[in-house]
Amino acid sequence: MKHFWQAFAKNRLAVAGGAVVLLLVVLALLAPLLAPADPHRPDVHNMLGAPSAKHPLGTDQLGRDVLSRMLYGSRVSLAVGFVSVGIAAAIGIVLGALAGYRGGLVDATIMRLVDLMLVFPRFFLLLAVLAFLRPSIWTIMAVIGLTGWMGVTRLVRGEFLALKEREFVLWSQAVGAAGFRVVWRHILPNAMAPVLVAMTLGVPAAILTESGLSFLGLGVQPPFATWGNILNEGKDAIEIAWWLSFYPGLAILVTVLSYNLLGEGIRDALDPRLRQSRRLAASRG
Amino acid sequence: MLWYALRRLVLALPLLIGITFISFAVIHLAPGEPVDLQAGNMNAKSSAQARQLLREMYGLDQPIAVQYWNWLGRIARLDFGRSFAPDGRPVLHKIGERLPVTLMLNIAELLIIVALAIPIGMASATRQYSLFDKVTTVFVFIGFATPDFWLALLLMILFGVELGWLPISGLRSLNWEYMSGWRQQGDFLSHLVLPILVATFGGLAGFSRYMRQSMLEVIRQDYIQSARAKGLSERVVIGKHALRNAMLPLVTILGLSLPGLIGGSVIVESIFAIPGMGQLMVQAVFERDYPVIMGNLVIVAVITLVANLLADIAYGVVDPRIRLGGRGRR
Repeated sequence: MKHFWQAFAKNRLAVAGGAVVLLLVVLALLAPLLAPADPHRPDVHNMLGAPSAKHPLGTDQLGRDVLSRMLYGSRVSLAVGFVSVGIAAAIGIVLGALAGYRGGLVDATIMRLVDLMLVFPRFFLLLAVLAFLRPSIWTIMAVIGLTGWMGVTRLVRGEFLALKEREFVLWSQAVGAAGFRVVWRHILPNAMAPVLVAMTLGVPAAILTESGLSFLGLGVQPPFATWGNILNEGKDAIEIAWWLSFYPGLAILVTVLSYNLLGEGIRDALDPRLRQSRRLAASRG
Repeated sequence: MLWYALRRLVLALPLLIGITFISFAVIHLAPGEPVDLQAGNMNAKSSAQARQLLREMYGLDQPIAVQYWNWLGRIARLDFGRSFAPDGRPVLHKIGERLPVTLMLNIAELLIIVALAIPIGMASATRQYSLFDKVTTVFVFIGFATPDFWLALLLMILFGVELGWLPISGLRSLNWEYMSGWRQQGDFLSHLVLPILVATFGGLAGFSRYMRQSMLEVIRQDYIQSARAKGLSERVVIGKHALRNAMLPLVTILGLSLPGLIGGSVIVESIFAIPGMGQLMVQAVFERDYPVIMGNLVIVAVITLVANLLADIAYGVVDPRIRLGGRGRR
């Protein structure tokens, strides 16, 4: 662990990414305290107002303060990122552990399912599912999570295949530990490092997907602000109010960039061995 | 080689059945409870009617196995039903007129990405830690993090609104019919510049990164050392021996990133108002035009599967080891 912190601290970009991630979490948590105005209160006297002292990032078509809307929007992005990655990781760990530990037909079936899901263009699948469900923050979290577990499954399966032949596992089996106990106490903890890295890198991917859906108008619905739907409303006014389109996009870029730097930093610091497995996982989508 | 291709083809069959199965499962998401009329800007006025139509089309009151079998039979006959839209045209016609646009965009995009990513990746790998390498690394991280719809909006503001150099919507200008042949071509191409620029941006970042990584690994191998020891020029060593080996993983990655690229056309087509599959999909979702949604889903998935298959076969062509045995790309 000490080695990890030393290696991590040396990577200045990763530390900077981590700091920004922390800052974003704090901003999202404190949004109600920090927001200069009510994000839902319209102001007919100041519609599409340019950035000013009172409204640092300007106002939108209804005169609502863009900075406040973005602060509240960051809560949506964060929540969707964490929850959907949590769902994906839970599914991935269970399926990957099953496939890797059991092997045989179970493994073959699960891996065919992974192949199948990887062939599906995910965005089309998301749209099709959302057409049948009512879009809300919950459905968005669920569908992003349910269509994003394949990478973790492959990672966990690979770790299990390697770990289940190791001596400490064979030994615990030899002294009569039950299958579940072997998996839970002995293999899984040792397989978690790459999963944590994959999860850190999964959050920004989920944030990008959510903002893309919201941008199309199929994500979290107005009046709730998200970075994606502020952009969606802003695009109709790009000729007169660039700030409506510019700042939310910049926020997404900075967020995604920071998470990526943090994730790659953790990966490199954890273990040189992981560079290999992570790269393969990334290449598998 | 033929055997190899045939084997891949047979292995793709379960995936094909899986695709229909997942699509079938999606139909069954159709809400049993009434769709909420206040569901934001979703058009739900026709949902009761739509559900009735769905029930008739797919026979939702029959046993599941019977439903699936019937649905599979219809798909096999390429019968996707008729659109719920007022024009009521067959789904296949609607998709058919949009498919070429999306295919053309994606193929152009792919060619540009590959043509640029390989030299960029090679240059930054052979000059690791040089200024060029550092600049491309920054570009890669920015490219990964930039939302494509935001990039599209910024480019529209810059080139479309401020400078007025490029058109920002559709594939043709309003006065297209009155242009001469060459002007028409030019007009068409100028409409493609921004969409293709946006669509290639993120992909280019990823691919040049993979190419760099792959090249870095290859040039550390023993056979590269021995090629140098033989006295071959650096150009031959890198351009021939290293390049061929470094491109192998790229073929796999190409196949695997196809779903993402095709999915990306949804956003690009929506923003630039390009009449392709992606735009059709978004319109259909807003109008709850279920037959069009299902048709789109199945056809896009099958196209991706076929493209993956081609990538697999291409991998067999470039890497003879794969053909002889083992389980393809694993």
